[in-house]
Amino acid sequence: MELFLQQVIAGLSTGGIYACMALAIVMIYQAIDQLNFAQGEMAMFSTFIAWQLLQWGLPYWVAFFLTIAISFLVGIVIERVVFKPLKSAPVLSHVVIFIALFGILNSGAGFIWDFTVKTFPNPFGTKPLFGQSVISIHDAGMIVVISILLVLLFAFFRYTRVGLAMRATAANPDSARLVGIRVGWMIALGWGMAAAIGAVAGMMIAPVVFLEPNMMLSILLYGFAGAVVGGLTSPFGAVVGGFSVGVIENLAGTFIPYVGRELKLTIALALIVAVLTVRPSGLFGRVVVTRV
Amino acid sequence: MRQILLSARHLRAFYGTTRVLHGLDFDIAEGGVTTFLGANGAGKTSTLRALSGMIETTGEVRFRGQAVAGKATEELARLGIAHVPEGRGTFGRLTTEENLQLGAMARSDRAGIAADIARVYGYFPRLSERARQQAGTLSGGEQQMLAIGRALIMRPKLMLLDEPSFGLAPLMVDEVYTILRKLKEDEGVSMLLVEQNATAALALADRAYLMETGEIVMSGLARDIGRDENMRRAYLGY
Repeated sequence: MELFLQQVIAGLSTGGIYACMALAIVMIYQAIDQLNFAQGEMAMFSTFIAWQLLQWGLPYWVAFFLTIAISFLVGIVIERVVFKPLKSAPVLSHVVIFIALFGILNSGAGFIWDFTVKTFPNPFGTKPLFGQSVISIHDAGMIVVISILLVLLFAFFRYTRVGLAMRATAANPDSARLVGIRVGWMIALGWGMAAAIGAVAGMMIAPVVFLEPNMMLSILLYGFAGAVVGGLTSPFGAVVGGFSVGVIENLAGTFIPYVGRELKLTIALALIVAVLTVRPSGLFGRVVVTRV
Repeated sequence: MRQILLSARHLRAFYGTTRVLHGLDFDIAEGGVTTFLGANGAGKTSTLRALSGMIETTGEVRFRGQAVAGKATEELARLGIAHVPEGRGTFGRLTTEENLQLGAMARSDRAGIAADIARVYGYFPRLSERARQQAGTLSGGEQQMLAIGRALIMRPKLMLLDEPSFGLAPLMVDEVYTILRKLKEDEGVSMLLVEQNATAALALADRAYLMETGEIVMSGLARDIGRDENMRRAYLGY
């Protein structure tokens, strides 16, 4: 029983990271109807920025918030410079640009910081919480940070005017324009926020997976799995999906013989296929009906 | 003669390379209701879409003395053109109240916004009953009221109304038009009304234009147009 509980909590803490990636993916999907394959690499690059700031001697939390701010601005710049001119380009152009962005960020990080694996500090320490072994203080810290982030995001979308404008833009961009919402800037803001959320995820998971240019590859796949399970049209679903994927992969890795650590990723991929086959719009997604 | 609020000269509009408006000239007076009548496909909706920058246009449009042709939809909305679109443009997954708040996106006077939302609930008591409900669950008539309410909260200088009677039961059409009349008389909102329901539109409007295949074929005072023999046979059915 204690093992089970331990694995659920460990699953929730990595699940929080997947939830963040899933949320970042969904936010961009809602804004431009495309899957951002480079989301993970953006998060990885942000984490390197944080590492660099720490190397320069900034205290952890200063580097943490500074990285979020930088990532937010860079996300906006990427949208304005690269994707805004592409807005009526065909899907394939977007896909190619995403792949290019992926490659540029990946080899760019390798070029600047080289490909050796680096340790990334863990702000919470590694001791077990309350002297028990059920949950480590890093898992607990991760869950707390991610929860705060999710609550803040929820409050932003639910209670602020800009949040309402962003929801309206996602729901119906034509109508949003008719009430004077500057839709282009809402999309840019979505990019900035997605980049910032990814940065948090990257900095939280880096002490576990270690810092190197390919660190986010599997994390992004889990994020996609979470987004697909929850439904690409539902931010709430993406968060639930991310947490579920974290718990499921952990339990399966522990309790199903032969799965072990190696096949965990396979489970995430199997989940994507299964959900898309049975319920293409995801658990919380809505079916989009288009009139022709 | 009333002040001219909006004037269009040689207004053409395109969907891709297909031209749908072939050079319209018209004026809209401040404080009045102008209606564009015509059959399906005559270009009425395209005219409204051209005026709020939703389709490609050439030609000249002046709004309150300013040249506005080619401006982006959201900037035209901020200048005071409130377009109540075909299909009502409801934000279906947001609540009724949130839909109304979206009308105030370009404003920053909190107290004024709250007062205007209360005023809209005064005009449309049905909406206040459904304030917390998802707007997509409202009936067609309620969504039409919501769209008009949202446009009112924008404090527009000109409201563009695209077939407010579309798909509504006759009683609901009466209700909507009663409120439009009230808005005209009590609030002095200038409106450009596009309709297939010519009887309802002519009863409300001061001036009328008749459109056929992307051109204006007749214009005049609404009551004269309503009496015109050909007009009556073609569009009013008596």
